[in-house]
Amino acid sequence: MLKNILLFLLLFPSLLLAQTSEFKLSNGLKIFVREDHRSPVVVSQVWYRAGSLDEVNGKTGVAHVLEHMMFKGTKKIKAGEFSRLIAKAGGKENAFTGADYTCYFQQLEKSNLELSFKLEADRMENLNLSKEEFDKEIKVVMEERRWRTEDKPTSQVKEQFLSTVFKSHPYSRPVVGWMNDLENMTVEDAREWYKNWYAPNNATLVIVGDIYAKDVLNLAKKYFEKIPARKIPERKPQVEPKQNGERRSYIKAPSELSYLLMGYPVPTLNDRNGNDNNAWEPYALEVLSNILAGNSSSRLNQNIVRNQHLAVNVSAGYDSTARGRISIFELEGTPNDFKKITDLENALLQEIEKIKKDGVTQEELDRVKATVIASDVYQKDSMFGMAMEIGQLETMDYSFHLSDGYIERINSVTSEQIKNVATKYLTRDNLSVVILDPQPMTQNSSPKGRPHVH
Amino acid sequence: MFIKLFQLIFLLVCFQQNAFAVLKINTWETKEGAKVFFVENHDLPILDLNVNFFAGSAQDPVGKEGLANLTHHLMNLGAGGINEEKLANQFSDIGAAIGGDVDLDRAYFKLRTLSSASQKDKALTLFKYVIHAPDFPAPVIDREKDRIIASIKQSLTQPETIANKAFMKSIYGDHPYGHDEAGNIDTVQKLNQADLKQFYKNYYLSSESSIVIVGDVSMDEAKKISESISQGLPQGNTKHNIASVTDSNYAGVKKIEHPAKQAHILMGMPALRRGEKDYFPLYVGNYILGGGGFVSRLTEEVREKKGLVYSVYSYFMPLYVEGPLEIGLQTKKEQTEEALSIVNSTIKKFIDEGPNEKELMAAKQNLVGGFPLRLDSNAKIVDYLSMIAFYKLPISYIDNYISEINKVTVDQIKVAFKNKIDPNKLTTIIVGAE
Repeated sequence: MLKNILLFLLLFPSLLLAQTSEFKLSNGLKIFVREDHRSPVVVSQVWYRAGSLDEVNGKTGVAHVLEHMMFKGTKKIKAGEFSRLIAKAGGKENAFTGADYTCYFQQLEKSNLELSFKLEADRMENLNLSKEEFDKEIKVVMEERRWRTEDKPTSQVKEQFLSTVFKSHPYSRPVVGWMNDLENMTVEDAREWYKNWYAPNNATLVIVGDIYAKDVLNLAKKYFEKIPARKIPERKPQVEPKQNGERRSYIKAPSELSYLLMGYPVPTLNDRNGNDNNAWEPYALEVLSNILAGNSSSRLNQNIVRNQHLAVNVSAGYDSTARGRISIFELEGTPNDFKKITDLENALLQEIEKIKKDGVTQEELDRVKATVIASDVYQKDSMFGMAMEIGQLETMDYSFHLSDGYIERINSVTSEQIKNVATKYLTRDNLSVVILDPQPMTQNSSPKGRPHVH
Repeated sequence: MFIKLFQLIFLLVCFQQNAFAVLKINTWETKEGAKVFFVENHDLPILDLNVNFFAGSAQDPVGKEGLANLTHHLMNLGAGGINEEKLANQFSDIGAAIGGDVDLDRAYFKLRTLSSASQKDKALTLFKYVIHAPDFPAPVIDREKDRIIASIKQSLTQPETIANKAFMKSIYGDHPYGHDEAGNIDTVQKLNQADLKQFYKNYYLSSESSIVIVGDVSMDEAKKISESISQGLPQGNTKHNIASVTDSNYAGVKKIEHPAKQAHILMGMPALRRGEKDYFPLYVGNYILGGGGFVSRLTEEVREKKGLVYSVYSYFMPLYVEGPLEIGLQTKKEQTEEALSIVNSTIKKFIDEGPNEKELMAAKQNLVGGFPLRLDSNAKIVDYLSMIAFYKLPISYIDNYISEINKVTVDQIKVAFKNKIDPNKLTTIIVGAE
């Protein structure tokens, strides 16, 4: 049946002919253009290979703070003017920071691509980092941290989880930064970050939409090529030492329900083109996470939520790509009663043991493959999604062609390989567990779950 | 990932009021009275389908709050004699995805499948089991009730959800919009299989449904699909309704204790129906006040000038009857008074004086210029047409969107806001008050 679907997909020129063109300017700026003429719009993204992965202790969160400051004006453009110009052009814009990258994007009617390039090229080179604007914006970022992490119990668990799994690798640190570091951050820290990493030879431009590659190239040359390349700081290898024994910790926070997050450090694809000898391992882990939690009838939900009634929700997750070249195979769940937290943990571990012993069925493998083939087609409905995929891969130091071979790689995963990766990596000595210990709302609180109203 | 401004997805959902002049939309009605919207598009081998019902939580009978949600939730968990486990797996086996949601007005199911004959036919068959022949197995109902109750209990401990519930309850009182989709612990506890079957039979009516089909099928086939969907649904002539919001409950300032670091603040009142004539002036006006992301007055005053919040926004949520105007922000507890006073004075000034010509021009440029972005994927087209179809907006409305935006004047905005919004009657909820 899979073969029939693949043959059917060959009938669609929009899938077959869609090519991504690749260029590099003399200053090292990489450019990727994917033409998609379904609608008269364009997505424009600038990716910098700079994220929390590149931060140092005491200055955590600076990558994200700089992202905020990128909207605060340049030598030519006043603070806030960037957003106003894009808005007037009918555009949508924003930015996001991750561990591996910082990305700025606009979505526009296609004739406005030039505006995007003009503004992005300007702030790549001429950012005006004033103390006055910094002092206001750092408060905004602290509010963001309160909102995102400090007042959300599950976010606190996730933050603690990363610092439990990783001891020396920078993935141990929160992208938004520790509050202490934000409180002590200065505009000088932001300036240093900008000077270190914001250069054309550390950036990737990704354009998807109703445009032609050669026009995009000409436009990019006009605005970006005059920005000089700079020497990028050396990136030292950051390798997490081997874990020798289970790690466990708790978070107390106001909540009715508990939450359990556990996981094992596991490899990612290493080679730029996915050609390492062990490349089958990340693909096997990916298929495994799908078999555990790909749909509502996958093993974890079916066995633990539906049959054993131990949890409200369960899931599993794994990313096969990361710039830091290490990932976590995660299992998570919300027990329906805190008293059952140990039962839930054991049930999740039991599912892993079953895999090690019996592997998976052909039916389960086929299901994952069918889902992957279809998702690959569905993704082509979203220009933003296509741009994201190219930008992420290239910024993480993979080739965007990695995705070309994805279906084939997933298709070749066997039950034996899944048993092997589970046995090799998902071991008790590699395990980290963080548990939310739910607390009543206040010390002398009115009954739990019933807020006191004045 | 850390996004600079948290984007209000619902805001887009609420305001997807425009469409493509070049989008060729075919509409018809099935024999059983279902409204159908169809856009043929062969660029990608995908078929998208949405079926909408007048079966949102506003239809919950008094004392059975949560019934609409539980009914919708169960339909996908066993249908046509296929149990929940097999059903989900059979969708996955062909790479198809079924989804859906319930809000105050509407319940819907959506299907996305590859358009190759074998995948498509199988997916449609499974999808029709779900909307035509839900089994509502009793043990599954009991299990799902427990899960929903657990999540309601959780929502009563988290500041954001506490604020939402208190806000809607305060401004709508006993009106059906006063309770959220999940319902209450005691009312969900009492629901049983007979309730679900009855609700399904009463509210998933062919005559009140709308069907949206987008993608790689022919007109003939779309007609057949719509007929077969329509035929299998419960039949009946009942016309359901939602009571008007006659008196707006003004509850003053309500403070709710919470140990969170930030105060979560919501303000607003019932305001706007779908399809009302004031819609465009209010929509354009709100873009200027608090809808336009980084460039709105609220963001400028509270975030950009003072650094008091990460997010502050305002939006109208037009519904079948008067949906709310909602203004929201979160700020460190100690700053609550300062932030709130700036928000209040910004709103009051806007309502007293209206926007200036320059602001109006910038708003129009954004809303008109951004028009093509609203419909640049099949997924967006389906969602947008579902809103049009569900709220029975005229099809001309789509072509008129740009001219309606362009016609709006400063005076119209002032008059519309003065008509609808009394700044002294905005109920304010503060969760995590000092």
